[in-house]
Parts: sequence; C-alpha cells; structure tokens
Amino acid sequence: MDLNLDAPHSMGTTIIGVTYNGGVVLGADSRTSTGMYVANRASDKITQLTDNAADSQVVSDYVRYFLHQHTIQLGQPATVKVSANLIRMLAYNNKNMLQTGLIVGGWDKYEGGKIYGIPLGGTVVEQPFAIGGSGSSYLYGFFDQAWKENMTKEEAEQLVVKAVSLAIARDGASGGVVRTVIINSEGVTRNFYPGDKLQLWHEELEPQNSLLDILNAAGPEPMAI
Amino acid sequence: MSSIGTGYDLSVTTFSPDGRVFQIEYAAKAVDNSGTVVGIKCKDGIVMGVEKLIASKMMLPGSNRRIHSVHRHAGMAVAGLAADGRQIVARAKSEARSYESVYGDAVPVKELSERVASYVHLCTLYWWLRPFGCGVILGGYDKDGPQLYMIEPSGISYRYYGAAIGKGKQAAKTEIEKLKLSEMTCKEGVIEVAKIIYKLHDEAKDKAFELEMSWICEESKREHQKVPDDLLEEAKTAAKTALEEMDAD
Repeated sequence: MDLNLDAPHSMGTTIIGVTYNGGVVLGADSRTSTGMYVANRASDKITQLTDNAADSQVVSDYVRYFLHQHTIQLGQPATVKVSANLIRMLAYNNKNMLQTGLIVGGWDKYEGGKIYGIPLGGTVVEQPFAIGGSGSSYLYGFFDQAWKENMTKEEAEQLVVKAVSLAIARDGASGGVVRTVIINSEGVTRNFYPGDKLQLWHEELEPQNSLLDILNAAGPEPMAI
Repeated sequence: MSSIGTGYDLSVTTFSPDGRVFQIEYAAKAVDNSGTVVGIKCKDGIVMGVEKLIASKMMLPGSNRRIHSVHRHAGMAVAGLAADGRQIVARAKSEARSYESVYGDAVPVKELSERVASYVHLCTLYWWLRPFGCGVILGGYDKDGPQLYMIEPSGISYRYYGAAIGKGKQAAKTEIEKLKLSEMTCKEGVIEVAKIIYKLHDEAKDKAFELEMSWICEESKREHQKVPDDLLEEAKTAAKTALEEMDAD
C-alpha cells in the first residue's frame, strides 16, 4: 500500500449548513487526509468569522479583519449577506489561487438565519440549506427528501448530525467526529459528537479487534521469571 | 449676528481668536442665500421639496434640477452653489456604488451620510481647497426604515425628523415643528411641504419660483422618485388655496 505522505493536505470533507426557524446549524466532519494517511482526525472545519457567521482559514482571516472594520464603521454587527459578499470578493478575485468551497451561515436582526453557498468559482448563492465537500455527493438525495422548512433547532441539528454521519459512512475522505455550530439570536453554540457515538448505517461494521481497543486494554501481566 | 473677521477670515486654515473658522461660516452664508429646501420624515417615508427660484423667464421648466437620486433608495436635495452641489451628488453616487460593489448590499443611509459628510469636511482642511458652498438634505429608505440627514458646509451631519436650509429656513422650521410627522403619511406630507414652501416664498423679494418635490415611501416602492405629476398638482393647488385663505384673514 503506497501511503503518499507528501500529498498536500486535502480537505476531502463533508460540510453542511441548514436554516431553521430562528437561525442556522452548521456541521462538518473532522478528517484531514494527506493521501491515504489521516493527518488530523479531529480538525475543526468550522471557523468563526465574527460573533455570527462561519468558513475556511486564510480567507476567513482576511474577512474577519474586513468585517471587524465594517462593524466599527457601521456601529452595529455586519449582516450575513455582507459577510458572504466579502468572502465572495476574495474567492472570485483569487480564483486562480484558491481551491476552497465555502458555506457561510449566520444570523442577523434583519433577515434572521441565512445560509450562503460559495462554490469554487466564487459565485454567491443564498440557499435554505447547503452541502459541500467530497462527502456531499452522497447527501443530495438525502436532503431532497429530508429537509423541510421551519424546522425546530433540535430537528435541524439532528438532521445535520445524521447527514454528516451518513457521509462519513460512505466517503473515505470524511471521518472522525461531527462538530456542529448553532447560530441564532441568542448567540453561538458549539457541539461535539464523537465518532463512536454516531449511528452506524447499513453494512457498516462494528469495530473488531480495533487497534484503539487493543492499545487501551490493560497490558499482559509480566512473565514471572 | 455676523461679525467681520478682519484678518482671520482669509483662509480656511486660520482660526480666529474666539475659535471660529470664518471661511466655513461664509460658506454657510452662500447656502442661506439660495432658495429654501425642506425635508421631512413621515411615518412611511421621506418627502423633500425645493423652492427653485427661476433666474430667467426663458428657462425651460423642469430643467436645472435641484433634487438628485443618489441610488435607488436615496436622494439628495441641494441648496447653495449649484456647481458645488453637482460635485457632492457625484461623490455620493460614487460612494453608494462602491459600497454596493464591495459589500453586495445597498448602502445604509447612515453610512452614506457619514461618507458625504467626511468628504465635505475634507474640503475645509486644506488652504488650497475652498469649502463647498452648499448644504445638502439626504433622504433614504433602508433596512432600518426611512431616514433624513442634513449635511452642512462645515461637514457636520445630523439625522432629523424635519430639516430646512436656504432663505426661508427659519420660517420653514417653525412650520415643520407644527406638523405631527409621526402620524403623517407621505401623501399628506407632500401637500404639507408644498404649503410650507408656498407660504415662505417672498413675492416681494424674489420673482417666480418652481416647486420641485421628491419622495421615497411604500407607494414609490421604497425608491427615490419625483412626486407623481397628479399629486404634485394637487399639492400646488392646496398650497395656493391655503395661501389665499391666509391672505383673506
């Protein structure tokens, strides 16, 4: 087996953003792989931009800076639409150098919870829900059936966790834990669902003779010589 | 009321011993010599009106506009030197455009007024620039509702329920204060502004004038537009009638 350890860290991943009645829920897996090696099995793919939105590292650093200035100028928090457009500006103008598909989600007092998808070319599209990453291929049909308008916060979060775990089951590049972030008028709440607590799907195996279990088990008694 | 600032009024970069910048005050005088401009914030929008003094009978009615649209949702009425006003309007349009192209959303009226005010203020800081000789009333309708701002030649900008600049500003302010603006719709506001402008027009001192009005309200779909011709005619008739009733007393 050829483990290509020099392959660039790719975000083979699953990311999801969903609106509900009162806010948004963002979710992601946590696997960062270099070739076939999992470089980080617990990365945090949801980055905070301000107190009310979310995305991927260098772009988000720039946008956080612009948004901060904008907030000072305006005297009140920026809207989700403005955040999405600032990201779009960077994504579009640097499309030759960037390879990042982003989902921006947040809450502001004018529009409530909003999700904006910003795929590779730098388009901005406002959507009731958005999915991205390699794992999202397996979720299109699922969302077409399972998403409905005006869900409650609990329903929305359960939907996101279920979806990410389905993608993890099928997509080799997604795995680890599920992180969710809920954003509404009250603020930002981060939740964490460890991998072994997720529901197993059809044909998924229970871990057997897993190295983790063996290593964690008590060592054999030393031989009496 | 006015004092001659002998020696301290030659440059906008000179303070007088009593802490005044006379050039800015003189610029304000240029505004006071122009036709009155009135703006009010009604409960569902903004109404602006201008007493456009006609310099010559040969002028085409409707030309020499004093009210300009800065963006779909905002408009500006200018008093004072018309050429200076054109410059300010052009700058406001450009600021509104650039905000939208960066942030992807229509410029909030507060932000626009701050940008225009800082531009006007800029021209009071350097000896090689003269201050703008015009005051501007900016009305707009954004996510936070209808808002009215006034920007003076000094670069000050405040938000108002009702504002007036130009020749008859004192009389206009008195009239505006009598109105119950929070209960008035824009349709009613148009009539009231017309009445005010007709009332404070001085027939003796100035010759004919043309009434120019604009509004932004629910009826205009939150866009800055000229008041529709039929409503304008209705307002003019009501104003003339009110004037005759007053004269009859």
